[in-house]
Amino acid sequence: MTRLSRRNFIKVSTITGTGLMLGFNLSGCSDDSGNSDKSSTTSFNPNAWLRITEDNNITIIVAESEMGQGVMTSLPMLIAEELEVDLNKVTTERAPVDPKFGKQKTGGSTSIREAWHPLRQAGAIARDMLITAAATTWKIAVSDCSANNGHIEHTISGKRLSYGELAPLAATLPIPETAFLKNPEEFRLIGKSVPLLNGPDMVTGKTLFGSDVTLPDLLVATIAHCPVFGGQLTSMDDSETRKIPGVQDVVRIDSGVAVVASHYWAAHKGLQSLKLEWDTKGNERISDQSIMDRFSSHPDTANEILSQTGDPGAGLQQAKEILEAFYTTPFQAHATMEPMNCTAHVHNGECDIWAPTQSPDDAQYVASTYILSTTEKLFAKIRRKISDVRLDAIRVHTTQMGGGFGRRLETDYVAEAVQLSLATGKPVKLIWSREQDMQHDFYRPLTHHRLSGGLDTNSRISAWKHHVIGPSRGKSTGGAEPIIYAVPAFQLGYTEDNYPVPTGYWRSVGSSHNGFVIESFVDELASSAGADPYQFRAGLLEHSPRNLAVLRLAAEKSGWGSPLAENTGRGIAVFESYGSHVAQVAEVTVTQSGTVRVNRVVCAVDCGIAVNPDTIKAQMEGAVVFGLTACLKSAINIEKGRVMQSNFHDFRLLRIDEMPVVETHIVVSDEEPGGIGEPGVPPIAAAITNAIYAATGVRIRRLPVSPADLARH
Amino acid sequence: MTVLNINNNKHQIDANDDMPLLWALRDILGLTGTKYSCGSGYCGTCTVIVDGLAQRACMLPLNSLVGKQIITIEGLSSDSLHPVQQAWLDENVSQCGYCQTGQIMAAVALLNEIPDPDDQQIDRAMAGQLCRCGTYQRIRKAIHLASSMMKTSQDEK
Repeated sequence: MTRLSRRNFIKVSTITGTGLMLGFNLSGCSDDSGNSDKSSTTSFNPNAWLRITEDNNITIIVAESEMGQGVMTSLPMLIAEELEVDLNKVTTERAPVDPKFGKQKTGGSTSIREAWHPLRQAGAIARDMLITAAATTWKIAVSDCSANNGHIEHTISGKRLSYGELAPLAATLPIPETAFLKNPEEFRLIGKSVPLLNGPDMVTGKTLFGSDVTLPDLLVATIAHCPVFGGQLTSMDDSETRKIPGVQDVVRIDSGVAVVASHYWAAHKGLQSLKLEWDTKGNERISDQSIMDRFSSHPDTANEILSQTGDPGAGLQQAKEILEAFYTTPFQAHATMEPMNCTAHVHNGECDIWAPTQSPDDAQYVASTYILSTTEKLFAKIRRKISDVRLDAIRVHTTQMGGGFGRRLETDYVAEAVQLSLATGKPVKLIWSREQDMQHDFYRPLTHHRLSGGLDTNSRISAWKHHVIGPSRGKSTGGAEPIIYAVPAFQLGYTEDNYPVPTGYWRSVGSSHNGFVIESFVDELASSAGADPYQFRAGLLEHSPRNLAVLRLAAEKSGWGSPLAENTGRGIAVFESYGSHVAQVAEVTVTQSGTVRVNRVVCAVDCGIAVNPDTIKAQMEGAVVFGLTACLKSAINIEKGRVMQSNFHDFRLLRIDEMPVVETHIVVSDEEPGGIGEPGVPPIAAAITNAIYAATGVRIRRLPVSPADLARH
Repeated sequence: MTVLNINNNKHQIDANDDMPLLWALRDILGLTGTKYSCGSGYCGTCTVIVDGLAQRACMLPLNSLVGKQIITIEGLSSDSLHPVQQAWLDENVSQCGYCQTGQIMAAVALLNEIPDPDDQQIDRAMAGQLCRCGTYQRIRKAIHLASSMMKTSQDEK
């Protein structure tokens, strides 16, 4: 039994007043302390709701966005489990965007982690209130009633009432102070693989993505940004553009110039016909090679020490063997299949926004900065806050995203659509071309890493120093500490060095490159120690049972140690991120010409209780493809201040004929759920490059892997 | 004005005849199940079936399509799901779903040509269909499943 704090739940009067509506909070409210006495619902702002109406509609209203990670299926599972209702009877609505609900971001693999307690508690409370309502109706004891499949049943007589029939009476009852939550062995839904609830709409083309939004009098726009980062438009000749049938307007905005037309094709042709001149602000000097050269010339001493345990200097001095290595990881684009887009309609000082966004609250805020009057802006600047009333006039309608991966945490494309609607006085759907999407991303940053490691006489790691050079501490150093291995002396240093290339959050963020660097360098140390890479890691993980368990499981399922074909090797890596533990073994064949083929990847994951196992497997498969693409196939290069890649012919994604067999093994666990959207990415690059090393003896320290480095190995 | 046969209906399209089919479908006819992604024929997201073959709608000007039979995801099946769509659900293929209508159209065209493809034939036919979510393993399984479902229903007839 879980004792609840009633202050985390409130009854909300519905407009009709005839159903049951519970409000609760989905972040940081898993307060089971039992201090319900100090409950006060007056200051409590719920950001999620459960609604049961008289006509038997059961709805959860949450602020999460769906981008393929499956939350619109796994979140309803949590409530349906405790509410004792068929999952297909629960619909999910998106909560309105309102600053008083707090942050509404979908990122950081947090959705299930934050919802795990509150959603189940809401289901349990509603269930108990419905039971009490039935017992009151039948004038019998609560203990003679049970909840089953959307009904409360009288256990003895078998008579039953639906949740809808009981909802009006339940709504008049107080919220109970205690509610039973099931033990994991009682779960009938959590832990079972459930296909995505929006699957049928996706396979019939009915799902509404941002770019599918249609409105009366809708105009369609497309945009050009300065090809050199940081540049600005200086002059423009739009005379040819305006002659194109369908072109309505050419609009200069903060970030570039857009052609607005009656349909995309006219806007696209219009954009091609524009003659544009840009002031590039001297940024043509920037190239990824010049950044790498500059990073390489930094002194060994880091500007800042972010973390230290023991005495790494002494640890290295006393080591039997010292190993040093430099690693470099490149810019990476998100390249969501659906390019950036947003539809905005500014009308009478109000604004409607339809956006595939991971940050609807930021979308609302950025829109407000354009539609407020000058006086309001001044006022807002003084208060450093936009008035809540004015934000109410900006309604964000979050659509399904055609991929997110962190790109849609940014709101640049929202700001642009709002400006275009303001300028034209019409609803405008802005769709970026693939080329603009590729060349104006917020990229995973290019980073440089210097590693020093010591081995003691027992061939264990005696000291570890990692110096990260890059822009933005979080994006550069995330995941670099703590390392999971038993290392008596550890230091993480950081030197910030910025460049005028926009950087952002790329699926698993810092862990995506630090996972590669750490798990590669551990492999180097194992090799220096003359140890098996799996056994070497296992020997350093005795204190870390969950990481050790996934490492062992991946090794065992992959047939670690069994013979392989010629030019083929296995590599192993393990990484903990976003509350989950993932180990991967990659089996790789390298041809004489240096082409790398990944044959098979075995994943072992411990993400606590597995809510929807098939989604976990899907996310592991997706993470392997995402990370493998970045390891072997593609990167963003910058020359003369601009991105060299423009479309999928030069930013190549993994294709079906290159797809390895991916096997996922989920550790049975009764720990609370961890994240799953990101944790599969950090280990994959190292698992592959460690396998390349096993096959060829060539150590990869710079991504992406170049076949030239591996030819005639 | 171009007259096209789309999903077994005649549509009069009032647009320049260099407009790619993709934008006529999406912006003029409101058939948004066919998606834009690369606009250059690299990714297959906009795949439709023209006279039985998988084609990139972003690369087909309207004037090249007169007299041809065009099928989009909306016209794949009139009542229930097409076996390929059913197989996609059974294998729980979709993640974000954006590329999947194009994947399904390409798979339908493949199975029309080769009713029982092996993995290599699937790879060859589907290699131009990109998916950033990484659903390829399930796509392969779903095509095998659809193939056996279609074979069974053929046998029953």
